[in-house]
Amino acid sequence: MLGEGILKGLAETAKNFVGSFVSAERLTTVQYPEQRIAPIEATRDFPFLVYDGADWEAGMRCVACQICEKECPPKCIYIVKSIDKKPDALGKPQFYPARFDIDISVCMSCQICVEVCPFEAIKMDTEFELSRTDRFGGLLFDREELAKSNEHYHKIHPTEAAQVDARLAGEKAKSDAKAKGAALAAAAKAAAAAKPAVSTENAAAKPEGAEIKP
Amino acid sequence: MTATHKLVAFESDKTRPDDWNRPQVIEPDGDAELLEVAMGPHHPSTHGVFRMDVALDGERVIRLKPVFGYLHRNHEKIAEGISYLGSMPFTDRLDYVCPLTNNWAYALAVEKLTGQAVPERAEYLRVILGELTRVQNHASSIGFLIQEMGASGTPLMYAFREREKILDLFEELTGARMMCNYMRFGGCRVDATAGWLAATRKVVEGLPGFTEEIERLLCSNEILMARTQGVGILRPDLAVNAGVTGPMLRASGVNYDIRKVDGYGVYNRFNFRVPLGDHWDVYDRFMIRLLEMRESIKILEQALKDIPAGPVMDSKAKIRGFRPKPGEAYGRIESPKGELGFYLISDGGPNPYRYRVRPPSLMNLTVLEDMAIGQNVADVVLIFGSVDIVLGEVDR
Repeated sequence: MLGEGILKGLAETAKNFVGSFVSAERLTTVQYPEQRIAPIEATRDFPFLVYDGADWEAGMRCVACQICEKECPPKCIYIVKSIDKKPDALGKPQFYPARFDIDISVCMSCQICVEVCPFEAIKMDTEFELSRTDRFGGLLFDREELAKSNEHYHKIHPTEAAQVDARLAGEKAKSDAKAKGAALAAAAKAAAAAKPAVSTENAAAKPEGAEIKP
Repeated sequence: MTATHKLVAFESDKTRPDDWNRPQVIEPDGDAELLEVAMGPHHPSTHGVFRMDVALDGERVIRLKPVFGYLHRNHEKIAEGISYLGSMPFTDRLDYVCPLTNNWAYALAVEKLTGQAVPERAEYLRVILGELTRVQNHASSIGFLIQEMGASGTPLMYAFREREKILDLFEELTGARMMCNYMRFGGCRVDATAGWLAATRKVVEGLPGFTEEIERLLCSNEILMARTQGVGILRPDLAVNAGVTGPMLRASGVNYDIRKVDGYGVYNRFNFRVPLGDHWDVYDRFMIRLLEMRESIKILEQALKDIPAGPVMDSKAKIRGFRPKPGEAYGRIESPKGELGFYLISDGGPNPYRYRVRPPSLMNLTVLEDMAIGQNVADVVLIFGSVDIVLGEVDR
C-alpha cells in the first residue's frame, strides 16, 4: 500500500514524542548557566602548573626542563629557564621557570605536555569558562595564572591525583634512602685509599683505545 | 553565466584511460543554454567548505567539477617537522567525526615502522572503540543524508541522540568527546575501568533498538525510496578503478573490507559479515551503512565479552624520543569511510622524513562527477551526501 512506510515512520516519531512525557531520562536538556552536568573525571581542556604547599612560587614542581615546550604539537608553551637554582620538594637544588607562558588560544588540549612531563608538574584543568574581553593578551597565561594547588588537582581528578601523590611519595622515600646511602658511601670512600679511583680511570681509558684500533 | 552549445571535456578527462567506463559526456537538449552554478563553498549540504561547479541544462546536470582545498591545513608537512608523537593529536582533526580510527591507523603505521608489539587488551580496546566510532559515524551519516533530502532534523536528532551516548563513553575513557588523542605506539594511553566496560555494554545493548528504530522510520518510507532508488549509480568497475573504498565500494557490490582482507589487530577473531549492495545507488549506500552498524554491534558484543585482562601498553613501548630505523611503512585500516592509510618514511631521525595520509573521503569524492552526470540538480546534493565525506580529511 502506498504510504504505509510513511505511516510506520510517523508512528515511530509519535512514540518518541509521547515517550518524552513518560520517561524522565528522555528529557536531556540542561538549562546551562543555572544547571550543570556533573563533570566527567577524565575530562581535560587546558594545562595548569601544580604547586605543593601554600606559596605557588616556592612550591612549583616545574624544573624548567623544557620537554613539554619541545613536544607541544602546536608550540604554545614558552619557557625561560632560571639562572639560579632553588630547592625543590626533595630538597635538591633545581632550576625553575623564570617565565612559563601558555597561549590558551593556541593550545589544542591534547595532553601531550602532561604525558611527557617527568616531574608531574603540568596537569590538565577542567575549567572551560575562559572567555576574555581582551583578544590577544587575555588568553596568554603566565606562570602565576597557570599555577594551581595540588588540592585543586585532587578536586578535579581525584583518582589520578592520588596515584600521582603515591608515586611522588615513593620517589621521595627512594631519594631519602639514596641520600642516606650516599652519605654512608661517602664516609666509606673517605675511609678508603685512592686505589679504586685509579682502577676506574684505567677502565675508562680502555674502550677509547679499542675504538681507535680499527 | 556562460552559454556553450558544444561541451568540451574536462582537462582531467584526457589524462584518464579510456577503459574507465565513465559515463559518456552528455549533450544538452537542442540548443539550450547551459547554466553554470557554484554550489558552495557555503552550501548547507556540503558539511564544510566545498564547492561544486555544476553546469545545468534545466534541472539536468551536464557536468560537475568539485573544488576543494578550502580547509587545507598543511597536516602532512607539519607532521614532518614534529616528533612522531606530536602528530597523533593532529590526526584527530583529519576526520573529526571518527577520531579514534584515525589514531588507530597512525599508531598502526608507526608500530609497523618500529616493529612495536601491542598487548592483547589494547587490541581489544581498539576494536571496541573503532566499532563504536563506526556506529556513530554511520548513524550521523544516515542522519545527514536524510536531512539533505528535506526531512529537517528528525532522523538526524535520533542519530545524534545515539551518538551522544557514544561520545560520552569516549569522554569518560579518553578525556575528550571528539579530539580523543587516545592511542599510542604500542597500546593505548589509559586503561578502561570495569565501570567503563559496564557502561559500554549498556550502551551496546541499546544499539540494536536504535537500528530497528531507523529501519522502521526510514527503510520503507516511500518518499525516501523515490528519491534515492536508481539515483547516483556507481558501477563496480569504475569504483574499483577510481580507488573508491568503504561503504561506497561495498554498495557497488564489491566485496572488499580491510577488516577481512588484512585482519589487522584482532579482527580475524570476530564473527561478522560484510554487507554488499546490488543496485549500486544512493539507497544501497544508505542501507549498507545501516547493515554495517548491525555488524559492528555484533563485533562489539563479542569483543566486550572476550576482552582479556592485562596491560594496555607494551612495557618496551616508548612514546617519545625514539628514532625508527631508516625504512618505510604503510598502515591501513577500514575506517568508517573507507581505507584510511598512513604512509611513513623514516630516515633514522626523530621526525618522519615523509608522512602521507591516504584519506578515504578524498578518493571517494573523485567519482562524484560520474555519479552526478545526467541527474537532477536536487539529487546532486543527495549523491554528495551519500559519499559521506568530512572536509577535514579531504583537504588535510
